[in-house]
Amino acid sequence: MQIKINGDKRQVRDRISISELLEELNIERQGIAVEQNKVVIPKSEHNEKIISEGDVIEIIQMVGGG
Amino acid sequence: MSDILKIGDFEFSSRLMVGTGKYASNAETEAALEASGAEVVTVAVRRINISGEGESLLDHIDTKKYKLLPNTAACFTEEEALRTARLAREALDTPLVKLEVIGDEKTLFPDNEATLSAAKILVKEGFTVLPYTTDDPIMAKKLEDVGCAAVMPLAAPIGSGLGIRNPYNIRIILETVKIPVIVDAGVGTASDAAIAMELGCDGVLMNTGIAGAKEPVKMARAMKLAVLAGRLAFEAGRIEKKLYATASSPLSGLI
Repeated sequence: MQIKINGDKRQVRDRISISELLEELNIERQGIAVEQNKVVIPKSEHNEKIISEGDVIEIIQMVGGG
Repeated sequence: MSDILKIGDFEFSSRLMVGTGKYASNAETEAALEASGAEVVTVAVRRINISGEGESLLDHIDTKKYKLLPNTAACFTEEEALRTARLAREALDTPLVKLEVIGDEKTLFPDNEATLSAAKILVKEGFTVLPYTTDDPIMAKKLEDVGCAAVMPLAAPIGSGLGIRNPYNIRIILETVKIPVIVDAGVGTASDAAIAMELGCDGVLMNTGIAGAKEPVKMARAMKLAVLAGRLAFEAGRIEKKLYATASSPLSGLI
């Protein structure tokens, strides 16, 4: 199925969880946050939260800023 | 004697807060932070690089030593700022947020109306909100009234280095609110920081003033000393300004 991650379209397998997606993308959990359709998904829910077709996912980290 | 800055439930012994943007390298960031003596360090929230390239800033900032203050920089709407604040809290597990809702690209002046509205919501959600605002005492009071933990009036436009353009407004803000007043943005050199502190501000936040200097690490130290000097001068209480001279040496016993 197709979803959008950080603005880019991407194919992922059906019924993939947020945890599995992060693993697939090789993203470490420390210091990041995930938003699914504009709602922040707490780390404690990453395992059970399933991504659906057309979902808009944002994954953020901290960068230098003032 | 300790001089503690209290913001919400947090206490700090340094009154200088510094940003982490615009440095030439992570090593330079680390060295400048160290030289500044700052405890509060601002960071920005951005999309992670999905391809896995680039290292994390957090690998270079000792989070045991520094308290991270995520900002909502470059948010132009209330909604963007709220989303960014919530993502930051999730990523860093901190209630602290430097709230910025920018109203205009050229000046980077804040959209005060949207800032106030966002602040109200974030306070209700349990955030410790430090809003970037214009040097407007009425606005500062409104931000205090909705529960902000501090107020951060700009000294001059972000990154401009113009210094404290309206010290009188800053003074009125200091008289108007009880929450800490942190001058944010526009500090260009050490004397600017000292002036802010001499006015009685509770702290100064800067990024470009240090990161943009020819020698950022040296400027970081200068800012540390300036904030300290300004604070001490404020506490000591300066002399009255007089038009004419007053002799420092005794007039009696002259030969």
